[in-house]
Amino acid sequence: MHPAPSVILFTTLSGAGFGLLFVLATGAVAVFGLEAFLLWGLGYLLATAGLLASTFHLGRPERAMRAFSQWRTSWLSREAWAAAGALLMLAPVALAAVSGGGLPPAFGLTGALACLLALLSTGMIYAQLRTVPRWNHWTTPALFFAWALAGGTILAGLPYAAALLCAALAVLQLFAWRSGDRRFAARGHTLATATGLGSRGVVRSFAPPHTGHNYLMREMIHVVGRRHAAKLRTLALLLGAVIPAILVVALPSSLPAHVLAFAVHLAGAFAARWLFFAEAEHVVGLFYGAR
Amino acid sequence: MTALPPPPAKKLGLVIDLDTCVGCHACVTACKGWNDQGYGVPLSDQNAYGSEPSGTFLNRVHGYEVVSGGGPAEIVNFPRSCLHCDNAPCVTVCPTGASYKRAEDGIVLVNEDACIGCGLCAWACPYGARELDAQAGVMKKCTLCVDRIYNDTLPEEDRVPACVRTCPTGARHFGDLADPESAVSRLVAERDGYDLMPELGTAPVNKYLQPRPKGAAEARPLAPLLDVRATGLAGWLDRLLERL
Ligand code: SF4
Ligand code: SF4
Ligand code: SF4
Repeated sequence: MHPAPSVILFTTLSGAGFGLLFVLATGAVAVFGLEAFLLWGLGYLLATAGLLASTFHLGRPERAMRAFSQWRTSWLSREAWAAAGALLMLAPVALAAVSGGGLPPAFGLTGALACLLALLSTGMIYAQLRTVPRWNHWTTPALFFAWALAGGTILAGLPYAAALLCAALAVLQLFAWRSGDRRFAARGHTLATATGLGSRGVVRSFAPPHTGHNYLMREMIHVVGRRHAAKLRTLALLLGAVIPAILVVALPSSLPAHVLAFAVHLAGAFAARWLFFAEAEHVVGLFYGAR
Repeated sequence: MTALPPPPAKKLGLVIDLDTCVGCHACVTACKGWNDQGYGVPLSDQNAYGSEPSGTFLNRVHGYEVVSGGGPAEIVNFPRSCLHCDNAPCVTVCPTGASYKRAEDGIVLVNEDACIGCGLCAWACPYGARELDAQAGVMKKCTLCVDRIYNDTLPEEDRVPACVRTCPTGARHFGDLADPESAVSRLVAERDGYDLMPELGTAPVNKYLQPRPKGAAEARPLAPLLDVRATGLAGWLDRLLERL
């Protein structure tokens, strides 16, 4: 699949944003005043910046509001509801924390639930697609949770939770890569099943239907850049999980230290998310004799 | 609503005969021609006369080579358009309700006025049947020529999809695949019509027909011509030159 920068930005930034908002909403860290303002503000900034970036890849962004209509069937629509719902529900909680007041924990907890739903929906948008075997697996939503919560705990300054989540993230990410590498072949989609001509012999693409590019090829067939996958995987694990885990535990707890660890983590998250798209193969590539 | 309707009583669709398709792309052109001025926004082209032309099409024709054993390679021309799946994954993923499957005849359509161009439906389709129009920013797909097949202003013989009407070899057949007595259903029964990528559970309405088995290649019809023996003056010259 084409690794569109807007989608990579959106999923990583808003993922981390909702991860942070989740941590703050559960009350796992007690922040007040200026610190509360900075952390809640960062959470809102990341979440909304990501959501804004996501509208850039729409063909008709001015109609984006229509995406709220099909929550009964569409994960994309559910994501819109959960994300907007979380941001609205948590506003009073954030204001209370900044102004030093307090709200009953039920407010924060419903907002926290909405954050989790937003993350789940983002993961399910990809995991539901049987056409992309690498994504069509429980590891996809699990990864979206793990990246978001690791980022959130790093920023919120929960060193041990963050280190633990980074370790879990690394294990899960490794497992997702390894099992994902085999899934396309294991599902048995081939040019033979795509054309139904397998019973006649070995099928090969002979004459493409068009000499130029088209939307399908630009969007679903991405062959450049997979060469560096092994290096990028190592980089993603080091920057995304290993180094930030060491940083949060080793550095004395302060907002600048958390932001530094988070910046390193985010670089790893970008690399992992780029691979998430670039390595995903869509079955339509079979028709073109390419994946 | 992007929920799928209950199984429709009528399932309009195409049966594509890979035995007779000659790969002329007439259906591609006819489809673009009709749908450029009918249902929804036109099918735009980008850089049409430049070095990297690109454009939106609702129907594409591939060419495949099939080799088995030591026999000669077989070329199969393979038209690919929306299969109007019963279990259409492209419909249920749509966040806006723009994608829908009609309850009355099973045709899968896009309401272009509601589409936000998110592209998720194209990701969900295994068959590459949906293309986002680069100019209009909305999703385009085969409409089964819904604006022809019910169009009373057209002469009777034209009330079939443009691709079916234009195909010079009659390789594309249109009809109701839910009616076991229809011509298309009988054709499917006779020729073992099959589904593309059945393992994905999309339950396509459109069916494909295998190329019929071909006999062994005939003795080369031009072979005797290669063994001409010259007679008369030419024969004498031939023998003379041979000896030199
Ligand atoms: S062929 Fe693709 S676009 Fe057409 S109904 Fe099936 S899944 Fe949807
Ligand atoms: S591109 Fe349009 S039709 Fe397709 S899923 Fe998005 S809104 Fe629906
Ligand atoms: S039925 Fe109409 S829209 Fe569909 S491929 Fe044929 S000509 Fe194109």
